[in-house]
Amino acid sequence: MTAPATAPSERRLLAGYHALGRPAGLRDHRARYGALPSLGPEPGERAGTRLIGLLDEAGLTGRGGGAFPTGRKLRSVAESGRSPVVVVNAAEGEPLSGKDRLLLAVAPHLVLDGAVLAASALRARRIAVCVHSAESAAQVESALAERGPVRSVAVRVVRVPGRYVASEETALVNHLSGREAKPAFTPPRPFERGVGGRPTLVANAETYAHIALIARYGPRWFRACGTPDAPGTALFTVSGAVLRPGVIEAPLGTSVAGLLRMAGGPAEQLQAILTGGYGGAWLPIRRARTPATPAAFAAAGAALGPGIIVALPARVCGVAESARIMRWLADETAGQCGPCTFGLPAIAEDLAALADGRAGETVWRRLHGRLSAVAGRGACRHPDGAVRFATSALRVFGPHLAAHRHPGNCPAAQGPGLLPTRGGR
Amino acid sequence: MTVPWRLRLNPILCTGHALCAELLPEVIVLDEWGYPILSPVPDELLSLARRAVADCPTLALAIEPAP
Ligand SMILES: Cc1cc2nc3c(=O)[nH]c(=O)nc-3n(C[C@H](O)[C@H](O)[C@H](O)COP(=O)(O)O)c2cc1C
Ligand code: SF4
Ligand code: SF4
Repeated sequence: MTAPATAPSERRLLAGYHALGRPAGLRDHRARYGALPSLGPEPGERAGTRLIGLLDEAGLTGRGGGAFPTGRKLRSVAESGRSPVVVVNAAEGEPLSGKDRLLLAVAPHLVLDGAVLAASALRARRIAVCVHSAESAAQVESALAERGPVRSVAVRVVRVPGRYVASEETALVNHLSGREAKPAFTPPRPFERGVGGRPTLVANAETYAHIALIARYGPRWFRACGTPDAPGTALFTVSGAVLRPGVIEAPLGTSVAGLLRMAGGPAEQLQAILTGGYGGAWLPIRRARTPATPAAFAAAGAALGPGIIVALPARVCGVAESARIMRWLADETAGQCGPCTFGLPAIAEDLAALADGRAGETVWRRLHGRLSAVAGRGACRHPDGAVRFATSALRVFGPHLAAHRHPGNCPAAQGPGLLPTRGGR
Repeated sequence: MTVPWRLRLNPILCTGHALCAELLPEVIVLDEWGYPILSPVPDELLSLARRAVADCPTLALAIEPAP
């Protein structure tokens, strides 16, 4: 294994970019990280054994939103005993996330290293890198061209439609299998039966980049920052009312306030933070000391998701913002399951009625009923995210809702709105 | 008493025919849009539950041992 003498500590995935000040080509990448280590399998060795052991010990969890243990996911794929397909999910469907696009732009070889390591460990013969934009596709293509062919693995770059649910894992599997990019009912889950019927490893682009570093520097190094429960660093896309919006890398466990500071600090007085994106949840600003780990966020009613942090200024109406975002989430349904197809627009209407001061007691009661009726009843977790988002809006902006009892009582609600809800990608 | 069986619904296949809720109102209630909400199946309703599974026009229902 490469000597970890110069291993970066708190800035890992973005260390090369910050040192160079430009995207890393293959030569830069090799100079910084050395060659790709070999993790087998040796003839006779079970597929994935060594890599899975490293990932288990490192405690890496997926950075695509679900925070699922990556070692366990690889083990499920390996257990089938068949040659799987490796899918890099860099489609980044959340409108306010930019980290996967940044990774592909500045450190594509880290992502590709991780995918190649996973593929060779699992004896996969196909890798699909899923991106949304033509720009990302071109960046991956040129990184692949630099590397030349990968031994016994076919790598292809696949564009994914710009719909929110198209980057959900079963939708990606459908898309890669020549079907419409809509989520599928599970089981079978992708690790059992995925692309073309093969077991399929779907993981986020950032997750693969961490794999590339864990394979080189080892689990102890990985755990040297972050918390025991949530080790390592993560990429956070910080936007809204901060002085330097953008993608930052920070140890998991950094407080929300700390993340805001790394993004230049608040640009004005804040009232709340949107965590985890539109499928995430609001966190009131008085809880800004909450550490950014999946468990601490969940306990505070927030959601880490794919590391989205949006600072909502005090001058903006959180209810009106939430109503617009809920409408967007409803429009993004794949329209396959009744409770999602009909429930999300109904919830969006109720939130809009609240925001406009048109809601009486019946709307309130109906909305609470709808929120508890819809979660968990779709084929995918899109409705669950939308319900979590709307529920957090009622909780966090509850006190302010009194101002919405009558039309026109909240002047801030008349503004154009801050957070993007169309053409965001 | 533990309830050993449960119904499972494929919400993509379900078109809200509501046939199942008529057969098995103790276990299946409909939401305001006409889509089923499922509860665990008590032993004495097992055969009716199997019939609901068999009669669903879109084959959206399955019955399986509860975990
Ligand atoms: C509606 C919806 C949208 C999603 N969009 C993305 C996405 O854009 N990128 C992503 O990596 N994961 C997305 N996911 C999660 C994926 O289904 C999958 O869990 C993830 O790619 C696994 O990667 P990880 O284990 O590395 O986190 C989405 C899930 C849902 C329910
Ligand atoms: S839950 Fe919604 S988004 Fe997911 S598959 Fe069903 S209709 Fe589509
Ligand atoms: S009978 Fe089948 S299609 Fe009709 S509501 Fe019940 S499960 Fe859905």
